[in-house]
Amino acid sequence: MMILAHGRRVFAIVAVAAALALGSTANAAIEDRVFDDPSLTDRYQDLIAELRCLVCQNQNLADSDAELARDLRDKTAEMLIAGKTNKEILSYMSDRYGDFVLYRPPVRSDTALLWFGPIILLLLVLIFVYRHVRSKQSINPAQVENESDHAERERVRALLKDTPNLD
Amino acid sequence: MSNKMKYLAPLFVFLGIAVFLGIGLTLNPTELPSALINKPAPTFQLAQLKNENQDFSPQDLLGQRWLLNVWASWCVGCRVEHPLLNQMAQQTNIIMVGLNYKDDPTAAKKWLAQRGDPYSIIPMDISGDVGIDYGVYGVPETFVIDEQGVVIYKHTGPLTVTAMETKLLPLFTESASQQALN
Repeated sequence: MMILAHGRRVFAIVAVAAALALGSTANAAIEDRVFDDPSLTDRYQDLIAELRCLVCQNQNLADSDAELARDLRDKTAEMLIAGKTNKEILSYMSDRYGDFVLYRPPVRSDTALLWFGPIILLLLVLIFVYRHVRSKQSINPAQVENESDHAERERVRALLKDTPNLD
Repeated sequence: MSNKMKYLAPLFVFLGIAVFLGIGLTLNPTELPSALINKPAPTFQLAQLKNENQDFSPQDLLGQRWLLNVWASWCVGCRVEHPLLNQMAQQTNIIMVGLNYKDDPTAAKKWLAQRGDPYSIIPMDISGDVGIDYGVYGVPETFVIDEQGVVIYKHTGPLTVTAMETKLLPLFTESASQQALN
């Protein structure tokens, strides 16, 4: 048992190490872009983390090595150097690729359900739980017992009416 | 809530979730709605593959309904849809513009020589900038642009017989019959 547990731990360590090694080579594939102005580098990193790669849909531009992702990173850098604001860059992308390119969809009437649905659902559940608990509490247990006791007693009395006295 | 309802409630919740997830399964997550539908087609001016001395711009085709197919010689999906485009070029008189996306002109010419050339105009988007303006994320992509220069249809991925017959061709026959009436 000890040996088995030990083997499992070694396996876990090897697996994590392998994952880290793979992860670092994947990152190394993406070029490191440095701007003259360090604030631009920060903004660039933020933007490419927030924009989705359209080809490999579960990665952002920062993570993806797809050709289109590279082009869009170039475009982002180009627009930053040209002095465009983050908002201008994000709307440039969503004008062309739709809201899907944004990992944070805008709050609009057609995205309201997405943004507020979970909160509404939570509120509904809370209201339901509250009312459920309240309805359980409002029934007085003592009273219930008394009423059923009374009926039972009547029935027993009726049944016993014809039986001889056992005393 | 009656007792019966209490026991049936989980069933209804389950059915509700099953219906939603079932609808989800029928959707294709790789197919994104185009941000360009019902918007003016982005303008550009590009050199042509076949007619080198002349630039092409979408404005040249204002007043006509035309098809814009984004393709490249390195694109595998383009090989799949190419016979359909050839067939369309032979059987209809639709103006077919083939935007050659991030390609090498020599490779593109060779590719067309081998597989047939359905395009009347082939603008070359070597940098891929026009592709970005059109929101191209997976070649091949096919757009239909109407007489006013507005994008009215987009198909992402290789064109299928179904998409061609039910969506694309009707857009052109409808415009042809309207022109016949006028």
